[in-house]
Amino acid sequence: MIEIKNLTKDFNSLKAIDNLSLKVPENEIFGLIGPDGSGKTTLMRMLAGIMNLTAGDILYKDKSIAKNTEEIKAFLGYMPQKFSLYGDLSVIENINFYADIYLVPKKERAETIKKLLSFSNLSDFKDRPADKLSGGMKQKLGLSCALIHKPRILLLDEPTNGVDPLSRREFWNILYDLKTQGVTILISTPYMDEAARCDGIALIDKGKLVFTGSPKKIREEYAGNVIEMITSDNILAFEAVSVLEGVSDASIVGEVLHINTAIDFPPETINNKLREISISIIDKKSIEPTIEDVYIYLTKERQKLPSEDHKK
Amino acid sequence: MFVRIKHLIIKEFIQSFRDKRLLFIIFIAPIIQLVLFGFAITTDIKDVPTIIMDLDRTAESRSFISKIENGGNFRIDYYINDEKEIVSMLDSGKAELAVKIYPGFEKSLKKGNTAAIQVIIDGSNSNTAAMILNHMSQISANYSMSILIERIDHFEKLSGKKISRSLDFFSNEIRIWYNPSLKSRISNIPGVLAFILLVLTVILTSVSIVKERERGTIEQLIVSPLKPVELILGKTIPFAIIGFIDVLIVISLSFSLFKIPLNGNLPLLFFSMLLYLFNTLGVGLFISTVSKTQQQAMMTSFFFTMPAVMLSGFVFPIENMPKVIQYLTYINPVKYFLVIVNGIFLKGTGFSILWPNMLALGAIGFIILFISVIRFKKRLE
Repeated sequence: MIEIKNLTKDFNSLKAIDNLSLKVPENEIFGLIGPDGSGKTTLMRMLAGIMNLTAGDILYKDKSIAKNTEEIKAFLGYMPQKFSLYGDLSVIENINFYADIYLVPKKERAETIKKLLSFSNLSDFKDRPADKLSGGMKQKLGLSCALIHKPRILLLDEPTNGVDPLSRREFWNILYDLKTQGVTILISTPYMDEAARCDGIALIDKGKLVFTGSPKKIREEYAGNVIEMITSDNILAFEAVSVLEGVSDASIVGEVLHINTAIDFPPETINNKLREISISIIDKKSIEPTIEDVYIYLTKERQKLPSEDHKK
Repeated sequence: MFVRIKHLIIKEFIQSFRDKRLLFIIFIAPIIQLVLFGFAITTDIKDVPTIIMDLDRTAESRSFISKIENGGNFRIDYYINDEKEIVSMLDSGKAELAVKIYPGFEKSLKKGNTAAIQVIIDGSNSNTAAMILNHMSQISANYSMSILIERIDHFEKLSGKKISRSLDFFSNEIRIWYNPSLKSRISNIPGVLAFILLVLTVILTSVSIVKERERGTIEQLIVSPLKPVELILGKTIPFAIIGFIDVLIVISLSFSLFKIPLNGNLPLLFFSMLLYLFNTLGVGLFISTVSKTQQQAMMTSFFFTMPAVMLSGFVFPIENMPKVIQYLTYINPVKYFLVIVNGIFLKGTGFSILWPNMLALGAIGFIILFISVIRFKKRLE
């Protein structure tokens, strides 16, 4: 179990992480979600033991990272946002290099590498220079390198950023596999569909924890309704609806119009408004809020709040 | 610990040998530099374009001119009659030396008087001018001497008395040691050695570290259980090894191409090199902590290596520099290394004479390395 206790990180006057406490249960895939600049990467780097903490502590099974850095590093796998490989070294040379650095015994090595290459589908490319791999393959090689010493905890900082959907799905299959092997995975992602795949998530904004719990539980945080509808003219309908009192957000997603409303907002108001400008409703239904809805809702709610410093 | 360092070194070599440009810098550039300094860049004078204005036109004047020509230092390109041509030719750089023989040259000498000649030298390059002056003075002196001997012979014949031929009232037996023919290529070799090692190790170290930071691979290394000391050693030892290989190339080439043997002790030379490498690798490490990109590292490296070479005594004698600058050279590792290499390579001197320089080199190296390692560790955190 990873326990983050009252963690704070200052960069000069800027508070990148602000008194954040969080528990990551063992053998879960745990997602860190937050907008750009919310402090996800800073948090990851501190978890990996490569950045000093300003205040607070990070405990791995009750062992503080500040005091036991070397011991913890040995069972930690970390893949930074920009996982960098040696572009002029081949796939197998990269893997071997990290195996050497982590002092993976020669006996186990052959088998581990064989396994890593086969699950990442890189066996056929093992002599190709890393620079000549596609984005998805690079990420899989990065993951393989981070896994060479069989870490029990894996820290992944936006690993699927800029990777095509098929490779992303493959990547997640690998993560599920690792989970069955008992690995705890902490993953940060800007993608909401990935957040939904996690066992638990933490929503971070401006260095503070906004919410933590299961993806199911986060939906309960949402105070409001979500309506999806198809109209004769989605663009005009969007313009008309989004200015209505009680509509917090509206967006066009493909064929449908996605509307977030306040909890006490009477749904008929939309029908009346559309009738006024003679747009016909083809389909209309109430749906469960997606994580994206909650995410936008919660971050918007936070913006409305006066900042906590003022309250004090 | 050593296992990890070993693997870092192997990785560094694989990368270096895979990079064609780097391979060129490591192995071909030193050879080119050695050949350039050995053959092309020479401060010896040879075939200086010369003008002769002979207004006497006698057997005596022609014999004097032949003395000028035969030494090999001067090449007579023009015989002229008009004074104005001297000016235009020196102005345009067609000639660097003009010798004017006045009418009555032979007559004066026959009478036993002093005959005047005028020598005009292009002084725009003071080094060459000084050399030309030297050679010309010597030619005149030798010529005067031969005339004097002729006169004594003549006198003896007339008087029937023997006179002592010892014209040298004190004998001046000059021997130039270590580089008897004063070939500049010989005195250049130690400089080339110091220069190549300096440029190569400073640039390679700083650039290779900055490259890891630029790419982000250094973050992976920090996350691993690799210790900062291991990282530092793994990033410097490869370039020290390359430095040693280059020195072996330079030594063997200077022997085979220029017949310049290593007079001193090779292990002692290598030991001094090690001390020198503490300095250069330390500087490389330091530069890597102040540079964000590979270009910056490259520029900063030149910013250090240029003055270090200029103030080492390789290009200009330190004694000729202003006092303040002379004090500055005391902290220049290149200066000490140059003295050591000169001593071992050309003079064959040993530890008993060179130890103060080695001590200084080692002390400065230790300080530089110490500061750099501290800075490097700080930057990692």
